[in-house]
Amino acid sequence: MIELVDVRKAFNQGQHNELWAVRGVTLRLEANCTTVLRGPSGSGKTTLLTLIGCLARPTSGRVRLRGRDVSGMTERFLTGLRRQTFGFVFQQFNLVRGLTVEENVMLPAYPLGVSRPELRRRAHNLLESLDLAPHAQARAEWLSGGQAQRAAIARALVNDPAVILADEPTANLDTDLSHRFLDIVRDLKRKGKTLIMTSHDPLLYQAPEVDRVIGLRDGHLD
Amino acid sequence: MPNNPWFQRQRYLVDFTVGALARRKGRNLALLAVYALIVFVLASVLLFSQALRHEAAMLLSSAPEVTVQRMVAGRHDLVPAAYLDRLAKVRGVADGRGRLWGYYYDPSVAANYTLLVPMSDPPPPGKVRVGATLARTRGLGVGDVLSLRSHEGHPFPFTVDGTLSSESALLTADLVLVCEQDFRALFGIPAGLYTDLILTVRNPREVTKVAEKVLRTLPDTRPIVRDDILRTYAALFDWREGMVMVLLSGAVLAFIIFAWDKASGLSAEERREIGVLKAIGWETSDIMAMKLWEGLLVSVFAFLLGYLAAYLHVFGFGASLFGPVLKGWSVLYPQFELTPRVDGFQVFTLFFLSVFPYALATIVPVWRAAIADPDVVMRQ
Repeated sequence: MIELVDVRKAFNQGQHNELWAVRGVTLRLEANCTTVLRGPSGSGKTTLLTLIGCLARPTSGRVRLRGRDVSGMTERFLTGLRRQTFGFVFQQFNLVRGLTVEENVMLPAYPLGVSRPELRRRAHNLLESLDLAPHAQARAEWLSGGQAQRAAIARALVNDPAVILADEPTANLDTDLSHRFLDIVRDLKRKGKTLIMTSHDPLLYQAPEVDRVIGLRDGHLD
Repeated sequence: MPNNPWFQRQRYLVDFTVGALARRKGRNLALLAVYALIVFVLASVLLFSQALRHEAAMLLSSAPEVTVQRMVAGRHDLVPAAYLDRLAKVRGVADGRGRLWGYYYDPSVAANYTLLVPMSDPPPPGKVRVGATLARTRGLGVGDVLSLRSHEGHPFPFTVDGTLSSESALLTADLVLVCEQDFRALFGIPAGLYTDLILTVRNPREVTKVAEKVLRTLPDTRPIVRDDILRTYAALFDWREGMVMVLLSGAVLAFIIFAWDKASGLSAEERREIGVLKAIGWETSDIMAMKLWEGLLVSVFAFLLGYLAAYLHVFGFGASLFGPVLKGWSVLYPQFELTPRVDGFQVFTLFFLSVFPYALATIVPVWRAAIADPDVVMRQ
């Protein structure tokens, strides 16, 4: 489904602080599979996740989505692709403060101009499936860590994307909440979603829900 | 229409923007208050000057078509009545009359009065009619005595016969109407001399031509046509308006710097929010549209608030803050009701100058933040 061919990514290229975060990664990720990119801090796993999710373009190499080269596409096209194909769960959850949980969940669908009743129905269903319905009208900053993560997952799912990308999803959760997260992963797998996560938490990458673990070190595949 | 995706998208953007404004309540309320205050001040000056110009034009519409003054050594001098006979022979002149008027300085209120002999229905000898403002300042009512000093230094008592309506207060604030006999006695002007002459012209389109003929007939005179007076008044109010604007320019400049700083600077929270929105699938254009809505909502609301307050200030409260400066009387400030009058072009200019620069200023930094790669948010 997603193919990376000799992908490299540099930050501050040509400057004194130039950093190559990803150095020639070739990789193929199958649909309906749960994959974990494992590695220590600074190994390039988050950067690789952003390249997979079209949040950034590689400095060199090719990224193909369903056989189509997306590495040279314009920002506008990438945004559309991102919106339709990927749902993101950030490490810090990145919910918008001051908005309710329901509004946060609805946010990715605003640019699509979906009718409000339809969008609210979708948000409500997602929140209910993640046991967050009672908190729908609570403001994002009032949520606990686990609730905030589930709200972020609901937001990632509102446009019904095929691929869910999660950056260090258990980094801010205790063991109980990490198990709760794995329950959600199992449920998403059952629904046919492709999950790609970064983690250095053994609880996650050793979990039976995970189909494949890809090791990374210093921007290379292990 | 409400189900149209474009329309729905704009509604979401506006909703989100209103929410964003409410989230930064303190900052936005402070900005709105200062913004509205500046619009209020500028709109007050513009509305008031506009109304004054209109008021003056209305009153002067009944002024004589041509006024003839005699000039001696470049100074305005008394005109002999014999000039009227010579002017009557000028083609185009329908009628000519001598006018008596002058100024009187009253040390008790440190103000100048304008004394005038009316063309029709003058007060009886020993009586005067006074402007409403003068009556108020001197505490005069009908039957009270207004004592002036004659040119020889003798007291010249007048009984107040009536006061002039406050509708014409802009021009009659300091006016004292007396009869010809008293005027000549007070100022020592002998019979056969007038302050100036006024002419009625048969064809209003020939006023300028008649003025030229007057000058040829009587080279020691200066004919003044009504349009000249109107232009002088307009220029006077323009000048006063300009002076106030210059004084206010400091405040306006301070606001521009303040607004530019507020509009063009993005807080860390806003940058983060833009990053999140981009990462979850908002396009750069969505974010720009959202911020444009924000700029428009703030500036349009501030404009409406400021303009409405200015309208109430000028037409409801008599422009109590700037009135004295713009009216220009040093001591006798006229009290009168201005007719509400709004000039569409002026509103548009003020709207354009106050709304668009701000709305555009909000766009530049957002554009800079919004074109950054959305992966920044992953590294926060």
